[in-house]
Amino acid sequence: MSMPFYVSPEQLMKDRADFARKGISRGRSVAVVQYADGVLFVAENPSRALHKISEIYDRIGFAAVGRYNEFENLRIAGVRLADLRGYSYDRRDVTGRSLANAYAQTLGTIFSAGGEKPYEVELFVAEVGDDASGDQIYRLTYDGSVADVQGYGVMGGQTEQVETHLGEHYTEGLDLTSAIRLAVESLGQDATPARTVPAGDLEVATLDRTRPQPRKFKRLTDETVNQALG
Amino acid sequence: MLPEPFTAAGSSSFADFLAQQSPGLVPGASARGVGDLTDVAPHGTTIVAATFPGGVVMAGDRRATMGNVIAQRDIEKVFPADEYSCIGIAGSAGLAVEVVRLFQVELEHYEKLEGTELSADGKANRLAALIRGNLGLAMQGLAVVPLFAGFDVATRIGRIFSYDVTGGRYEEHAFHAVGSGSMFARGALKKLYRDDLSETETITATLQALYDAADDDSATGGPDLTRRIFPVVAVVTADGYRRVPDDEVGALADEVIGARLVRPDGPAAPLN
Repeated sequence: MSMPFYVSPEQLMKDRADFARKGISRGRSVAVVQYADGVLFVAENPSRALHKISEIYDRIGFAAVGRYNEFENLRIAGVRLADLRGYSYDRRDVTGRSLANAYAQTLGTIFSAGGEKPYEVELFVAEVGDDASGDQIYRLTYDGSVADVQGYGVMGGQTEQVETHLGEHYTEGLDLTSAIRLAVESLGQDATPARTVPAGDLEVATLDRTRPQPRKFKRLTDETVNQALG
Repeated sequence: MLPEPFTAAGSSSFADFLAQQSPGLVPGASARGVGDLTDVAPHGTTIVAATFPGGVVMAGDRRATMGNVIAQRDIEKVFPADEYSCIGIAGSAGLAVEVVRLFQVELEHYEKLEGTELSADGKANRLAALIRGNLGLAMQGLAVVPLFAGFDVATRIGRIFSYDVTGGRYEEHAFHAVGSGSMFARGALKKLYRDDLSETETITATLQALYDAADDDSATGGPDLTRRIFPVVAVVTADGYRRVPDDEVGALADEVIGARLVRPDGPAAPLN
């Protein structure tokens, strides 16, 4: 009878993490930037129909990188969770924090469960507040860990150069146009020399607290993005 | 970890998800079958809707009754369903408000999951399914009878749908009314409605119709001049849903009442 090889838990987790990281790093990046009126999401995504950035609820938005089927699954679960909570209590009782926690538990369980492969995804969950101090951005990784992001964040492929560039040029209270410019410029830093991401390949959306409607999420049209990029 | 129903693929309906996940929250789920409940909860009364070129107007009176008692004099019975549609409710008020809330989430949920809005007919059909779910309570006197109206983005016209308690869905043309005062309101609109009225004229026509309903039906509230409570009026056009502000409705209602001081039965229609 053959004996299975012993694999230490450390090695097992490391292998799983390497696997997930490899899958994620193959894709293009997504940047999230806090600006004066809310939160801006910018993704490099040539597809018009398959979104990386989506609305979850009135004040909550979602951005993801990695395997489409996996993050789409999480997005749908998030919309169902938020709508169920808003329907059973009140719309104001749906928070980004509880959604981030639900995602963290789900990703964490899948990551450490032996039978399944880990999800190859990373997520941003952002909630816009009544003023800038109320804005919250959470970054969730494939293993279920959550980080509270301040000001800006990047995930996906070659994030290091992108994040460095964004960090060097980011200031608090940017207006929308400068925030879009900065995010797009930063996304182009993933290659040396830096490239210009074509405007047609951008998916851009905001959570804008100045919108009069209760639903603050808005996709920006190509026209608006082109105008901002001048 | 989020349980399986949250991640299941295939359905974009919030109502179906709710029935699976929290069946107790579905309006009408607690039907017990214990006799007639007609007078145990407030009932909403008259809603009218009329189309005009480029949109549709819906107006509802502000009264809720419980038997012979006026349960509330400033209830609101006309709601936005989504960006391009509105819903007015007659019948058991508490249940009807729950159905409206579920319907609003249903439309928004679909829009978020699918990335596109339901067609006008799709929305009307979903509402029919929700009303059918309440049939058990409707049999005991707690019926929910909505009137649904919206701007059809595909054909660029205002459309009106009425329902019966079994979820039967009927498209109405030009104008319609539901609720206890509806036969008087419909009679008034028959004489007043023209398909070339402007938005404001259509609003006035619906106010006239509600006045006539209140005139002859004890459960429909007329304009409350001392408290300045006037009907809720919603307009849906290509620009989306708009609740007409109370001072605008008040001004139009004052004109209607002013004319009624001279001729209490309202404007006379030509004989031929």
